[in-house]
Amino acid sequence: MKVSMSVNGRQVSGEAEPRTLLVHFLRENLGLTGTHVGCESSYCGACTISLDGQAVLSCTMLAAQADGAEVTTVEGLARNGELHPVQEGFWERHGLQCGFCTPGMIMSAVTLLDENDNPSEEEIRRGIEGNLCRCTGYHNIVRAIEYAGAKMRGEEPAPAEWEDA
Amino acid sequence: MYPRQFDYVAPSSLDEALAALDANPGAKVLAGGMSLLPMMKMRLLSPEMVVDIGRIGGLGDITDNGDSISIGALVTHAEVAASGLVQDHGAALATAASWTGDRQVRNRGTCCGSMAHADVAADQPVAALALGATMVVASSGGTREIAAADFFVDTLMSALEPGEILTEMRIPKVGAGTGSAYDKLGRRGGHTDYAVAGVAASVTCSNGSVSAATVAVTGVGSRPVLAAGVADALVGSDGSDAAVEAAAAHATDGIDVLEDLYGSVGYKTHLAQLFAARAVKAALAAAG
Repeated sequence: MKVSMSVNGRQVSGEAEPRTLLVHFLRENLGLTGTHVGCESSYCGACTISLDGQAVLSCTMLAAQADGAEVTTVEGLARNGELHPVQEGFWERHGLQCGFCTPGMIMSAVTLLDENDNPSEEEIRRGIEGNLCRCTGYHNIVRAIEYAGAKMRGEEPAPAEWEDA
Repeated sequence: MYPRQFDYVAPSSLDEALAALDANPGAKVLAGGMSLLPMMKMRLLSPEMVVDIGRIGGLGDITDNGDSISIGALVTHAEVAASGLVQDHGAALATAASWTGDRQVRNRGTCCGSMAHADVAADQPVAALALGATMVVASSGGTREIAAADFFVDTLMSALEPGEILTEMRIPKVGAGTGSAYDKLGRRGGHTDYAVAGVAASVTCSNGSVSAATVAVTGVGSRPVLAAGVADALVGSDGSDAAVEAAAAHATDGIDVLEDLYGSVGYKTHLAQLFAARAVKAALAAAG
């Protein structure tokens, strides 16, 4: 069957079996391998993308269900060579170790900050509850999202914890 | 993990969806897909056809019917959790929806889908039981209404027949003096993940005593089930902490408590009693 959608602002279409999962359509049909296939059982969040502005699991939805939708993947965040504030935050605050969870974490964070650009630490932790980091690097991920929030609000981010005050 | 191959239709009207179900007795209905797709990926289920109801108009709203609220088949957990109408008239359901899955799951999964899936440890079915919800079910022969108390038949088995679609869930609106609440222990601690055990309660108070109560337990037996023993002991009591705790001791009366990976029979019985007391106290506080 033919499936069409907007991915990172570009209108795309392709042939897919009904059983093709959105994550495979993105990675294999479109070559967008930034979105990771992790647990494949809806727990880890590595496959998180933005679908019509909401964080969803691309491994637990059919490509056909996304027909006509607007999809944003981690590849669609940077603009003209400038990192998205969330990407910058992960860089500046060491929000990743092995990096496997990072694309999903970033997409969760982007959708979270789109809804609320000044979340409390508890709201951030709740907001990324669907994303597992097996390096257990959650502390710096939270700091990275706080950094991004500050940037998006036009404020100076708090200094990194390892910097002298 | 890929599901086995299947035929896929995404009709734009309920009539077309019902016709597709009639023509394909092995077909499964897909809404958010948060339960169906994992089962198909694990190949616990391999339907020949999937009927995606996600493109049918008019199923995505929470509406005020005057004496009840309707939650359409495509309303997500996130929408239920955020709905002022649901918070006002069915706080237990709003809470249960806010603790279902994680943020990504709540953005796709549907309240009605959770009902139809009928997981033994799901959050929202017990809220539906406690709130006295009604399931509105469509088939090519017409519609029928099923009380929540008659809807959850057994493990992963609802009263839905082949060819039927749960199109909406209705919960009665409540006035002053009635409150509801849900509390649980999640499998990953706190409120996260399916319930090891959870309890939803709805109570009505008048003239200083409990005049009506409905309590339901999830996670402990083979299905979400009413805990009639708690409700019977509560009604007529003064709703004091002592009365609530005495009533909560009946949380698993008449329920065949089953051990699973998350707890022994003794532990689950303890949790059911604990959360029965907490949920009833919270419901009483909400009733004012």
